[in-house]
Amino acid sequence: MTQAQLEIQLLAMATAVACSLCGVFLVLRRMSLLSDAISHTVLIGIVIAFFLTGDMTSPWLLVGATTAGVFTVLLVESLQKTGVVREDAAIGLVFPALFSIAVLLISIFSKNVHLDMDAVLVGKIALTPLPSRRLEFGGYDFGPKSLALMIAIIIVNIGFIILFFKELKVSTFDPAFSKAIGFNPYWIHLGLVLSVSTTAVASFDAVGSILVVALMAAPAATAYLLTDKLSIMLVLSCIIGMLCAVLGYWLAHFLDASIAGSMATVAGILFGLTFFFAPERGLFSVWQRAKIRDRKFKLALLLVHLTQHEGTIRELEECNIESLHLHLRWDEYETRSVAFEAVESFCALQENKVLRLTPKGRIIALESLQIGTNLS
Amino acid sequence: MFESLSVPGLGSVVAGTALLGFLCGTLGTFAVLRKQSLMGDAISHACLPGLILAFLLFNSKESWALMLGAAISGTIAAMVILGISRFSRVKEDSALAITLSVFFGFGLMLLTWVQRRPDAAQAGLARFLFGQAATLLDRDVWLLAAIAIPCLITVFIFWKHFQLVCFDRSFAQSLGFPVFLIEVLLSLLLVMVIVAGLETVGVVLMSALLVAPAVAARQWTNKLEIMAILAGVFGAFSGIAGAVLSNIGKTSIPTGPVIVLFITLIVFLSILFAPARGIVWLQFKHWRDSKVLQLDSVLSNLLNLAREHSGKQNGHSMAMLKGISSNPSGVPRSVHKLLEMGLVSEVDKGLYIPTSKGAEYLNEKTSHMGAPLK
Repeated sequence: MTQAQLEIQLLAMATAVACSLCGVFLVLRRMSLLSDAISHTVLIGIVIAFFLTGDMTSPWLLVGATTAGVFTVLLVESLQKTGVVREDAAIGLVFPALFSIAVLLISIFSKNVHLDMDAVLVGKIALTPLPSRRLEFGGYDFGPKSLALMIAIIIVNIGFIILFFKELKVSTFDPAFSKAIGFNPYWIHLGLVLSVSTTAVASFDAVGSILVVALMAAPAATAYLLTDKLSIMLVLSCIIGMLCAVLGYWLAHFLDASIAGSMATVAGILFGLTFFFAPERGLFSVWQRAKIRDRKFKLALLLVHLTQHEGTIRELEECNIESLHLHLRWDEYETRSVAFEAVESFCALQENKVLRLTPKGRIIALESLQIGTNLS
Repeated sequence: MFESLSVPGLGSVVAGTALLGFLCGTLGTFAVLRKQSLMGDAISHACLPGLILAFLLFNSKESWALMLGAAISGTIAAMVILGISRFSRVKEDSALAITLSVFFGFGLMLLTWVQRRPDAAQAGLARFLFGQAATLLDRDVWLLAAIAIPCLITVFIFWKHFQLVCFDRSFAQSLGFPVFLIEVLLSLLLVMVIVAGLETVGVVLMSALLVAPAVAARQWTNKLEIMAILAGVFGAFSGIAGAVLSNIGKTSIPTGPVIVLFITLIVFLSILFAPARGIVWLQFKHWRDSKVLQLDSVLSNLLNLAREHSGKQNGHSMAMLKGISSNPSGVPRSVHKLLEMGLVSEVDKGLYIPTSKGAEYLNEKTSHMGAPLK
């Protein structure tokens, strides 16, 4: 691995971590789509700042872009507050409009200026190790500029989360309670919006606007499927983000494709795997649990059926293993397997194709009936 | 056939964008009412991988092949979004954001992989992102029409079903309608419209074209059929205006953004000035209502005072009325208005009593309110 490769991966990881930290709160507060809106509208901030300063590397571009991000959110919220437009429609109205203005401004005024829209959308992480993009101080090379910026953003984000952890937690999970104890959740909301905007703007240079959305939403949502604790979710989503960065980089390396695109693909694959195979909340374990519950219930039902006919004239007919499925109205194959399970677990005995309860089976059946009567 | 306009090719551009605008407006109505405004945004981004795979598979840049690919990946994305929010605790907003960005990122990866050169990808990508309305040909317009007409006919046939699902999903379910299938059908129509429009206006602006006309139309009516048609008209109108405006100057301005800005302007005006739902209208109504309320409360105060101090025929002063009013500064104007209307008379200088007409007026007002609440 060359130094250039290492630096690109470091930057990718730093970006992923910064985005994941914000993303956790976006996902929990159902604000994920604001990242989509912000990542589009920072363009207008960049364009306006660029026209004012005339310099593509000016730090004012960052300020302009962040302001545009915050402005977008405020605009969406004030539109929502009129009560005329719902949140989803408000987002859908604001960001295309601002984005269109930016595109028009670029196409009208900067024909011969290098303001590459595609680079904005796709990012230029691959250019990280270039000599012009390095941070040099007193003759020493401190690595790529964007890496330094990203690390600064991570520190700010972590600082924000640690300082306001309690406030973030209460305003995320119970905004009404937060208000009741005299803490206005709106300030935390604004702080979060500011932090999302700054992170989006800084990441944007590296991975492009669409991938910012992927890195904010996917690792956080993946972590959300794995844990119930906020602190663990934060750590997990950072780890998943870093995994996306490294795996994405090597995928891109082998395919000779866009790094940003590969990172998003890996993020999607990780989310998909978790969606199906997460230990607690994965689709398969949910299905499995449902199946086990279903099986337990059927076993109890079979035992109850046996108690009802125990010692009656029709016992030979009702409890006959051949015709059992007709009386229970179950699938024949399934009835066999439930009956087999009853025998296996010593709840019933099979005598001449007739099932008879054991004492253990009788107890389980009576307990089930007891629960049933208690419920009703 | 569309060559009658002065700029060559402009005719088909205008026809195409108008058709697209109408289609987007009509279908967008359902998306906005079902709180799925951003579904369009997600689906349109998610068309990218399908587009590229279709290009690889058929090895052609024919519109229909690319559209087919885009439609397939758009449909998959729509199903993924529905699936994530239905089968896990991840909410719809995150499901949309993940699907949008991951599909798009995957498409980006495919695109760069196909071209083997990161910078060469940009040309195709720019077209996907921003569209190329200016290069619409007669052929494209016919293709657009071939998609638009079946979509509109479907909407017409399933009108009642769509209406019911939009406004009262659970009622529709209780009536035994296949609600889930209807929702899938609506999503499929949305995908069709998006696929039809991608080449013209591009991804970002596609979502605006779906949301904005519907929001604007909602301001003017409470009836679904009028809303759908009005949204279509707004969409078509901004399509035409965008196409014409962007072709006026000598420099070529991209058509898509102009269309979006135009429809945004319509939304802005509608939100402000539409009767009954516009902000200006609501403010005016609020102001008028508060005036009437002030008038009534002054009259009722005067009447109560007169009743309590019965026997004496002297009236009550402005200062007294101000003292018991919640808005003292408005009292003089209200009294003057009451005098003008003949509901109050001035018995002495600066002393007022309600006339019999005033008592009647107030009686009539309160009788509308029914029995007083206890």
